[in-house]
Amino acid sequence: MKYVFIIAGVLLIALTIAAGLIWVERRLLSVWQDRLGPNRVGPFGLGQVVADTIKLFFKEDWVPPFSDRPVFVLAPGILMVTILLTFAVVPFGPNFYVYDSNIGILFFLGNSSLGVYSIVLGGWASNNKYSLIGAMRASAQMLTYEVFMGLSLMGVVMMADSFSFCKIVEAQKGGWFFIPQFIGFIVFFIAGIAETHRLPFDIPEAEGELIAGYHSEYSGMKFGMFFVGEYLGVTLISALIATLFFGGWLGPSFLPPVFWFLFKTFFFICVFILLRASLPRPRYDQLMELGWKVLLPLALLNLLVTGAILIFLK
Amino acid sequence: MDVFFYIAGVVAIVSTIMAISGRNAIHSLLYLILSLLAISVIFYLLSAPFIAALEVIIYAGAIMVLFIFVTMMLNIGLERETEKKWLKPRMWIIPSILAAVLLVNLIFALKSVQTIPSDKEAILPKQVGISLFSTYLLGVEIAAILLMAGVIGAYHLGSQKKKVKHRFLEIK
Repeated sequence: MKYVFIIAGVLLIALTIAAGLIWVERRLLSVWQDRLGPNRVGPFGLGQVVADTIKLFFKEDWVPPFSDRPVFVLAPGILMVTILLTFAVVPFGPNFYVYDSNIGILFFLGNSSLGVYSIVLGGWASNNKYSLIGAMRASAQMLTYEVFMGLSLMGVVMMADSFSFCKIVEAQKGGWFFIPQFIGFIVFFIAGIAETHRLPFDIPEAEGELIAGYHSEYSGMKFGMFFVGEYLGVTLISALIATLFFGGWLGPSFLPPVFWFLFKTFFFICVFILLRASLPRPRYDQLMELGWKVLLPLALLNLLVTGAILIFLK
Repeated sequence: MDVFFYIAGVVAIVSTIMAISGRNAIHSLLYLILSLLAISVIFYLLSAPFIAALEVIIYAGAIMVLFIFVTMMLNIGLERETEKKWLKPRMWIIPSILAAVLLVNLIFALKSVQTIPSDKEAILPKQVGISLFSTYLLGVEIAAILLMAGVIGAYHLGSQKKKVKHRFLEIK
């Protein structure tokens, strides 16, 4: 029974944050761009989320006749499933997690690498040249950035001596990993943006050149799944940054641990939105060059130095 | 536990059959991914969580993406009439006989050979790492040399000089 409550709680928190982000992002963007943003529906425009959801539900759910129907329908679901599955291993509080897996980080990496299929297959099944180009860019980008996303986390794993998220949080009682693993943090953060293909790395959907990339042909709730899936991805990466580098639910004891976890997560979500508001999109080859020529060597160097220091201190 | 093993096993076998008998390349690849995921579940049930995770990350998540990437690039996903001619029913005869012989062999082996108990203690990533870098160090080094050869080959193939000269396309 306890499990049911925890699973329901985790789902509720994750989906509420993801849906609420639709409003948060638009309001924050408008603050930074010196305008008002959606403020008409309900108090502070909060009803905008409900209005948007109702609109998405009642739109015509069109499957193009030239598409590969089973794959086209399947693709948005893969994204949601892989991201929501990963939330199962993220500890929201000391006793507030679905499953403390002893391969937690690998579970996350596996799920994020399966998430690529959603975009690649969605773009391919649409049978549209813009979608196909978007899907190709997405597969190359995400495959590249996955490599050192995993490598950048190995420093944390070495310091915590475990792949389990709960043990990693507990290992940070002496000090958050963000200071000794600063390079790992930066590399993971950049890789996280590329994995969720958010601006500035939204090259797969680049509305200026590809219209909407892989989801041009999607409408109704299928598009909604891609849309919410992107926000869920942002929430997940922010939650993981908070867990792995900023002590997760650790914090002063005058507030409950869950609050600290959500506070840190929300802070990083805001950083994601600020990046969207402030940075231009790089060119495709610049993205690849940054990945292979700068970030990969940095991640490897971080791995080497961390290992050497840990052996020296033993 | 045994029930889960058999479910995963059936999923793996069925999806592999679908993968090799399908005519649409992308659908076949999707079945192959499903089969790899089922095998990863079997590894997990055999108390090898690390190998299970690596199966998903490397095979299902990286190598198969490259397969799909190439299939998309060449646009060979659609069903073609020519492929029906390639796969005549006559061609199944010899492989079927060979597979049947193997099946008989396997059934006898299952009856006589001691199998691994499925409720062993889980082998953690740390133990895998320690045995890789002590007992099986030679294998790891040989694999590393092989990968190095691959990297050099890829560099050689990719290092052709740019032929297009245009002031907008030039880097720096």
